[in-house]
Amino acid sequence: MSRRYELRFSGAGGQGLITAGIILAEAAAIIENQYAVQSQSYGPEARGGASKSEVIVSDGPIDYPKATLVDACLALTQEAADKYSDTIKSGGLLLVDEDFVKAPPQGDFKVVRLPIINTAKNDLGRAIVANVVALGAMVALTGVVRRESGEEAVLRKVPAAFAELNKKAYNAGYDRVKALLG
Amino acid sequence: MAKKVALLQGNEASAYGALYAGCRFFGGYPITPSTEVAEVMAVELPKVGGKFIQMEDEIGAMASILGASLTGAKVLTASSGPGMSLKQELIGYACIAEIPCVIVNVMRGGPSTGMPTGPSQSDIMQARWGTHGDHPTIALVPASCQEIFTETVRAFNLAEIYRMPVQVLLDEINGHMRERIELPEPGELEVLDRAAPSVPPEQYLPFDPSVGDVPPLAAFGSGYRFHVTGLNKAPDGFPTTRAELVDAEERRQLRKIEAARDLIEKNEEYLLDDAEVAVIAFGTISRSARHAVNALREQGIKAGLFRPITLWPFPERRVAELAKQVKGMLVPEMNLGQLVLEVERVVKGACSVSSLTRVDGEPITPDQIMEQIREVC
Repeated sequence: MSRRYELRFSGAGGQGLITAGIILAEAAAIIENQYAVQSQSYGPEARGGASKSEVIVSDGPIDYPKATLVDACLALTQEAADKYSDTIKSGGLLLVDEDFVKAPPQGDFKVVRLPIINTAKNDLGRAIVANVVALGAMVALTGVVRRESGEEAVLRKVPAAFAELNKKAYNAGYDRVKALLG
Repeated sequence: MAKKVALLQGNEASAYGALYAGCRFFGGYPITPSTEVAEVMAVELPKVGGKFIQMEDEIGAMASILGASLTGAKVLTASSGPGMSLKQELIGYACIAEIPCVIVNVMRGGPSTGMPTGPSQSDIMQARWGTHGDHPTIALVPASCQEIFTETVRAFNLAEIYRMPVQVLLDEINGHMRERIELPEPGELEVLDRAAPSVPPEQYLPFDPSVGDVPPLAAFGSGYRFHVTGLNKAPDGFPTTRAELVDAEERRQLRKIEAARDLIEKNEEYLLDDAEVAVIAFGTISRSARHAVNALREQGIKAGLFRPITLWPFPERRVAELAKQVKGMLVPEMNLGQLVLEVERVVKGACSVSSLTRVDGEPITPDQIMEQIREVC
């Protein structure tokens, strides 16, 4: 059987979590030539509501395209943390925004708290790049793709005018995790 | 040279497959979860000299592709749920007037508005019988983004060669999910065009049965003039109620598909050689089934997967053969039990047939399939 690694990006609609998942899948499938499937589910409303995007990465063809037991889950809102953390694998990871997920769910998984949205808002001056901060943090936490592959995928996705901002956002997320975990 | 690769959604892959096949007209009306097909066509068609029209509704969209097809163009529309209900009358028109066209239906929950953002496989009987009257049906059910590309190309080939509507059935999951695709170079996949008349305009009969079960279709604007109607018609295209002509016409239209089953049917068989239980699954759910079959094999249960890629015409002969080999079949589907009826019909009691259904907007999981197979075994 092939090695299957499952990631979930969850939060509210409009936070760019589907985009974060697409960028990660691009890094894995196109830049690193791994197998990857990105899928999503969301409510009919354009903003608000719980939203999630899942990425499966594997060294072989992927059959079931949705998460079964999640290796690493990101939650940017309390609602998403409560709703989507139930299928985290034993010994897995839950990354939460420490300012917006005041009561992280408890379970047989490691919880990592990071001020993701406030890093985007205060350090980078744009809350809108919180998804890219989160992506950098998830790459640092999981090692599912190389640091440079994630950065290259970010730069492929964003318009040139926002390349520098997003590069900073990605690396801020990555470095914060590395600093936190020593 | 390295292959061109891209991370594409199933819906996008379908649109690029259509362009590869030579589609040059899209008439549509956006509806979740099919809209990305229209979005790609709107961007790409003008670049290749094609036309994209957003019509006033799904009925107009279906009508527009029939008109465009009659001028010789390869045509596409895409829709979902209630949009597919609206298209049914004109799908019947395409059947009786024998107008090639491809329809992508990204299935969502129903009936009516149902669950626009939820996946479903509940339109498979609609694809077969949604328009009234006896008519042939071809429907393809790809599972991966790569296969959505190649099967959309094949849908165009079948539409052009058999002069009829062909449906590509996706669902919200494989329509929206993204996978790496290798984009074929021109010439790598077979692309077929409809036959042109071999007689001069004054001798042309648009439904001439003497030239075969699929008479050539002349393009409007090429000098050939003929009548197009939804009424039963004589070989010259004009309406008729003459019993022998109506009977011959209806039987020819079914025969053109029945006689070509071997060329149209396409299945994947996975670990079936020594299987004692066969899962019959298509599209997204075939991926759950493959996962389950692999896991069951590790536990020593001899499970296999039969995956129709052409759903209609249904692979009757092969499923009947399989029924004599296995002890049981399981038919998991995201509806309340549609394909299982077809499986039961062709199995005729030769083995047990068990149904697994789900309509809550979530896919059937590998675990659900494994659990039910363990109960059967």
